[in-house]
Amino acid sequence: MAVSSAGSGGRRGSSMRLSLNDPTFRAIFWQIAVIGGFVLIVWWLISNTLHNLEVRAIATGWNFLSREAGFAIGESIIPFEPENTYSRALLVGILNTLRVSIIGIVLATILGTFVGIGRLSKNWLVSRICSVYVEFMRNLPLLVQLFFWWAMFQDAFPGPRQALQPVPGVFFSNRGIKIPIPAEHWVHGWMAAACIVGIVAGVFVRRWARARQATTGQQFPVFWASVGLALGLPFVVWLFGGAPVAMDWPALRGFNFQGGLTLTPEYAALLVGLVTYTGGFIAEIVRAGILAVPHGQTEAAAALGLRKGPMLQLVILPQALRVIIPPMTSQFLNLTKNSSLAVAIGYPDLVSIANTTLNQTGQAIEGIAVIMGAYLTVSLSISVFMNWYNKRIAFKER
Amino acid sequence: MSAVKAAQTTEAPMIELKKLNKWYGEFHVLKNIDFECRKGQKIVVCGPSGSGKSTMIRCINRLEEHQTGDLIVDGIELTNDIKNIEAIRREVGMVFQHFNLFPHLTVLENLTLAPIWVRKVPKKEAEETAMHFLKRVRIPEQANKYPGQLSGGQQQRVAIARSLCMKPKIMLFDEPTSALDPEMVKEVLDTMIELAREGMTMICVTHEMGFAKAVADKVVFMDKGEIVEANEPEPFFSNPQNERTKLFLSQILNH
Ligand SMILES: Nc1ncnc2c1ncn2[C@@H]1O[C@H](COP(=O)(O)OP(=O)(O)OP(=O)(O)O)[C@@H](O)[C@H]1O
Ligand SMILES: [Mg+2]
Repeated sequence: MAVSSAGSGGRRGSSMRLSLNDPTFRAIFWQIAVIGGFVLIVWWLISNTLHNLEVRAIATGWNFLSREAGFAIGESIIPFEPENTYSRALLVGILNTLRVSIIGIVLATILGTFVGIGRLSKNWLVSRICSVYVEFMRNLPLLVQLFFWWAMFQDAFPGPRQALQPVPGVFFSNRGIKIPIPAEHWVHGWMAAACIVGIVAGVFVRRWARARQATTGQQFPVFWASVGLALGLPFVVWLFGGAPVAMDWPALRGFNFQGGLTLTPEYAALLVGLVTYTGGFIAEIVRAGILAVPHGQTEAAAALGLRKGPMLQLVILPQALRVIIPPMTSQFLNLTKNSSLAVAIGYPDLVSIANTTLNQTGQAIEGIAVIMGAYLTVSLSISVFMNWYNKRIAFKER
Repeated sequence: MSAVKAAQTTEAPMIELKKLNKWYGEFHVLKNIDFECRKGQKIVVCGPSGSGKSTMIRCINRLEEHQTGDLIVDGIELTNDIKNIEAIRREVGMVFQHFNLFPHLTVLENLTLAPIWVRKVPKKEAEETAMHFLKRVRIPEQANKYPGQLSGGQQQRVAIARSLCMKPKIMLFDEPTSALDPEMVKEVLDTMIELAREGMTMICVTHEMGFAKAVADKVVFMDKGEIVEANEPEPFFSNPQNERTKLFLSQILNH
């Protein structure tokens, strides 16, 4: 006892020796060495670049952002004309990237979840189809798949005059997919507001139902009540607004369609490509996550009398999610970054527009900086959110 | 066998298996099982590995499905009707070899989950019941820990308390001590003996013959999917009738 405590005390108490054999000194030495090396490399890169730019007399700085862009952009969710500035063009690019990424992440998650559960199905045909799907998606390069979808949307569909019309008012042509939307009306803004109010009210209903269950044991169908609020309130507002039913129908004018909502072939190809590809990976993650929950958990829950729904919600999913979330985060990041392949099929995403910008202005460093900054911001936001969520549900053990 | 029958009252059995058969594909796991358990009875089921003990008791709460024969629990016939299955699962508690506690929930949450969601008990009341049973299995101080932070013996006692919180009429135990280190077996057996003394109806698959001698009203020996012999513990151990029973007993009592 005395010997051992003297031994450990002696080790802890001894001062650091200036030798690489001393663990503390060694740790500090290597940290300083690594940081020093890094600083040197960065300094060399920057000074070298600045020197070269100076020699070739290339302008640096961000002044180009406020100059006129002078090029048109195929599609945009905010108004854009060639007279607008480069900064607005880049904003259009960022919004286009976000548009395909966010919708892509949501759809890929839904598709992947269904396919992943499908692979576990007892139905032979269902599980076979899901397996084949996953293998196809995982084993073909994404770029090839994007070309395939683009060719599909571009060449497999007829011109606008012979457009396919699967449902009256919906047109498939090589100019994209046209869908009728409700004609502009002042009540729509209020409906959107009502929907947000409904969602917020749903949160409160959830709290209220929790509290009531804690005191009285009575349960409340929170999910359906929330859905009802989020859809019902806008509906009531719509009725009060005079229930406008006018639609904006796509119609053939000359060589192309006017009106309605357009999904361009480029956007459709990119979205479908990213969703089906990433969905294949997500399916595997979901399948692994569910399989990672031991069968004993299902049995214990069943033996206690829990029904399928609460069992999934309270026992299986919380445990599966812990396995699913970290690799799922990678897939979300991959999808976002892979959206830059848009440049290959002509969808004006951030990379494509920044590329045009740096070709026209010659300011490559700034252009690349914008791209990296934007992707880093988006990726880090996804990471931070997913890590926060992962922490929130992490196992507390030992 | 006749002595047991004489002691029985005329009231209907809590659990009744009549000509129960089950197959896994070609493999006949349960062969014409006739079995009954009356209110308050403690029945110990033993037999060699693979003889179908787990399968039989798992049929009782429909963790396994039987193919032919009748199974009646507390007057409810077990059919494919979800309502019947749920009704039976509310009355029957089960303790597993590997505890199967929910690792993402605290001990207290493990105990209150089913009362709140199945029996619709207010949370406060469920927590009071949970603490009551945690005291009975002697680990109230572990209420806010997670299962991963407990020893095997403590986890199994939590699992017993979790079942008891649903106020079951019948408790099924499937080798509750065989995953435990020897020094933890006693604390779990003590809990079970206490439960037996309080009058719980129990069916227990175990090789703990000390437990069988202490509390069992009847010992059932299974082999190759059949009930080979069933008797009160004293004659069962001192004077087994069937050759297979004798062989089995000599094997487990001799080490
Ligand atoms: N899901 C299954 N599919 C096919 N065979 C099975 C399945 N589950 C169990 N069996 C077989 O059924 C037989 C009985 O199994 P059971 O688990 O009931 O035995 P047991 O008496 O509980 O044995 P042990 O003492 O090892 O727990 C075994 O031969 C086993 O291999
Ligand atoms: Mg078994």
